[in-house]
Amino acid sequence: MNFLPFITLAYAAGVLVPAAFALAAWTRLRRAERRLAAVDPRARRGR
Amino acid sequence: MARVGLVSAGNLIPPESPRHGFKLPVPWPKLPAVEPAIAPPASAPSVRSGRRVHLFANPGRFLRFSGRVLPWLATGGIILSAVGLFWGAFIAPPDWQQGEAARIMYVHVPSAWVALSGYCALAAASAASLIWRHPLADLAAAEIGPVGAAAAGLCLVSGSLWGKPMWGAWWVWDARLTSMLVLFFLYLGHIALVRAFDEPTRGHRAGAILALMGIVDLPIIHFSVVWWNTLHQGNSLGLFSAPTIYISMLWPLLITALGYSLGFAAIVLARLRAAILERRIASLLTARAVDGGKSAQGAAVPVVGVGAG
Repeated sequence: MNFLPFITLAYAAGVLVPAAFALAAWTRLRRAERRLAAVDPRARRGR
Repeated sequence: MARVGLVSAGNLIPPESPRHGFKLPVPWPKLPAVEPAIAPPASAPSVRSGRRVHLFANPGRFLRFSGRVLPWLATGGIILSAVGLFWGAFIAPPDWQQGEAARIMYVHVPSAWVALSGYCALAAASAASLIWRHPLADLAAAEIGPVGAAAAGLCLVSGSLWGKPMWGAWWVWDARLTSMLVLFFLYLGHIALVRAFDEPTRGHRAGAILALMGIVDLPIIHFSVVWWNTLHQGNSLGLFSAPTIYISMLWPLLITALGYSLGFAAIVLARLRAAILERRIASLLTARAVDGGKSAQGAAVPVVGVGAG
């Protein structure tokens, strides 16, 4: 039996799922920092 | 709680004490509990530990701390995960019985480890929320939930991809698989419950109770392969026993597990930071709207007064 498709799928999921979550978290954090800088002048000077 | 203890200790000091300098007209009742309440050294360690528990209750302090830690966690998580996965996929030897399919272990076991330890973190945050009303605990629990659910889902999917070539079936109602599926549903239930109420506090409290009740599933998952005769293989790693896995397969497994754990912590910290900032934005905008409304009302009053006069 050829195991390669199963191994490839498992590794793809093991890389893509954490990468998607990390990218989403990073994007959300950057967006929140930008919005806070626009709303609060103190945030522009750094927290 | 430590502050409450200190305040009540001050109140319990009798009026004859030199700290007061005057005598109350009413007779002071004899209280047997006065002595331990006055003596500070006995309660000092609990005060210190209490302060330690609430050290990161301050969102500003947490933001500063997480801002320093987050790059290290993210970098360590990426590097260790990449090294471990590469080692497991290309360098580690195949299993003598399962062959190349055993390489799925380097995704399956770390994701299971992260799902279980993530649920421990969720339960700890829920306990901190219910017991100490920790300001960040509710936010932390809400942010751990989706990431933990993803880890549990990844564990189930990779296990299914491992089970099909080995057992001939994508899924069997085995004790280990079923208890892991229950953990996945507990995560989903927590996510749904936290967002189910109009008042966020009620949702967080309901989610915290569910998370604490669900912790009973963790020992069931761990001991399921011991308590029942399962198709799933037994534990290869234990705290009090030597590993039954060959050393050249153990190293990439441990490195990937450490990398996934650091990555999980980094993702949760980033989400938590974003949630704190979003809450700060919302409160600033609300305060601004309230101030705008007040100034508009204040400006309207003299106009009415002038018109009336």
